[in-house]
Amino acid sequence: MLAMTYRGPQRVRLDRNKPMPEILHPQDAIVRVTRSCICGSDLHLYNGNVPDTRVGETFGHEFIGVVEEIGSDVHKLKVGDQVIVPFNIACGKCTFCKQELYGNCHEANPQATAVGGIFGYSHIAGGYNGGQAEYVRVPYADVGPTVIPAGMDPDDAVLLTDVVPTGYQAAEMGGIQKGDTVVVFGAGPVGIMAARCAWLFGAGRVIVFDKEEYRLEFVRNYAQCEAYNFMSIEDPVVFVKRTTDSLGADVVIDAVGAEAAGSALQTFTGRKTLMQAGSATALQWAINSAKKGGVVSVVGVYGPTANLVPIGNALNKGLTIRGNQASVKRLLPKMIEHVQNGIIKPKSLITHRVPLEEVADAYRIFSDKLDNCIKPVLIPPSARI
Amino acid sequence: MENRPVDYNTINGWGIDADPKNDPTYPMRKRSNENHEGYNWDRPPLQPVNIEVLHSIERPNVTAVFGTSAPPRGLSGMIRRYAFKYGEGSFAHWLPLVLADRVDVVEGIIEDLKSGHIPNIFAERGMKAQWKYDRMGLLQSVAVAAVITTAAVAWFRRK
Repeated sequence: MLAMTYRGPQRVRLDRNKPMPEILHPQDAIVRVTRSCICGSDLHLYNGNVPDTRVGETFGHEFIGVVEEIGSDVHKLKVGDQVIVPFNIACGKCTFCKQELYGNCHEANPQATAVGGIFGYSHIAGGYNGGQAEYVRVPYADVGPTVIPAGMDPDDAVLLTDVVPTGYQAAEMGGIQKGDTVVVFGAGPVGIMAARCAWLFGAGRVIVFDKEEYRLEFVRNYAQCEAYNFMSIEDPVVFVKRTTDSLGADVVIDAVGAEAAGSALQTFTGRKTLMQAGSATALQWAINSAKKGGVVSVVGVYGPTANLVPIGNALNKGLTIRGNQASVKRLLPKMIEHVQNGIIKPKSLITHRVPLEEVADAYRIFSDKLDNCIKPVLIPPSARI
Repeated sequence: MENRPVDYNTINGWGIDADPKNDPTYPMRKRSNENHEGYNWDRPPLQPVNIEVLHSIERPNVTAVFGTSAPPRGLSGMIRRYAFKYGEGSFAHWLPLVLADRVDVVEGIIEDLKSGHIPNIFAERGMKAQWKYDRMGLLQSVAVAAVITTAAVAWFRRK
């Protein structure tokens, strides 16, 4: 079958002879992919910043498709169902799944305990092949996959696998109260969605920072928020203080993660030499921009090793810091409802539809922010008929 | 485009999910007594372990399911096995994994060549797209690489 494969930092290619996935466990399903996205988190893998990313892996944790085959212990799905597949692989039985912490399942990732299993996200997240392919093995098929409601546009559905719930959970973890000022660092797809969802919790003001003008213009239009280019202001933290009566924001969301720009020191230590778990510039800014007693919500992905993070400031300011991978399964019913009611319009984020065969070019376009790219979706040949 | 003050009352869905109880400064966990029973839930059936699966020393076993995308191999595999002797909080775990990834890339090229496949680095790096949308950037990168290579060659020759 056709599948994207990783060959090294900034090198991916279409493998035409990747073996077809097989049922390896009675609760597995095989899904034929109809849409898969490239996520900002994939770029950390693409750039070689996530340890234990092995040559030959297929990335892709955002995908939808059609059930082609089911294992002997799958009862809720049937062959032919069109499904949204959450990016987290969750057993539904462990103590964490029972708390609806599906992103923290303890029965899906032998290689690490800090993170659960994720499709196509290195061996740190379980070593699973992902959905940037024609077919995918989906474990625990009765737990995660959800049948796409009749009439839902597949381009809306595919963004419910990660971007929409992650952006929503970023706002939710902020505990936004009516009238709060919310600052979002990063105007990528998740940052855009976090800014949009902040309003759903009753934010009084939403401010977004990024360095790409086209993304700022997009987020202003999509999320009806204020948006500023941090390259054109001296210091985003001072800017936030000045615009919030010198107190800071009630809630600050880090939607950037390990490859933040904006600090030469962080870039050198975190991105170029991998001496820390990625460049923590956005996290620095988030902690320092928050009001005393405020909340910092982290959904940007960082690596596993040490970070130069101003934890002293977090202590002195009495901050609450929350972070997690989104529990997609928990949020899906509400997200589907919001899409069906026209409150969230996910497919507006998709700017590029690319044949799977051109996956290397799609990665370059998204990675280098070429052609005003916000979100690329890959379409396998069988889904183009 | 200018930033304008937003009248949030005009925003579709404003406040629809507002909940005064969702206040993370007063965390309330969803817990029950069974959460204190430790690692003894009713585990799903176990996937047969018929490939080499490295597992964190912070857990007693492999998980009920696991991925099979790229089992450890060659020199990179040896380094990975070494890394998995250490806990997830240790540099001795992560830094060897970073090293193993780089070794793995070289092994991947050797594997390609052995199988008669010459990797098209230009295509794998998406240069067609960069040529189309960022020609100047690509030319600059090539020029910088050429200067660095020339300087390196000259320096080694002088020695």
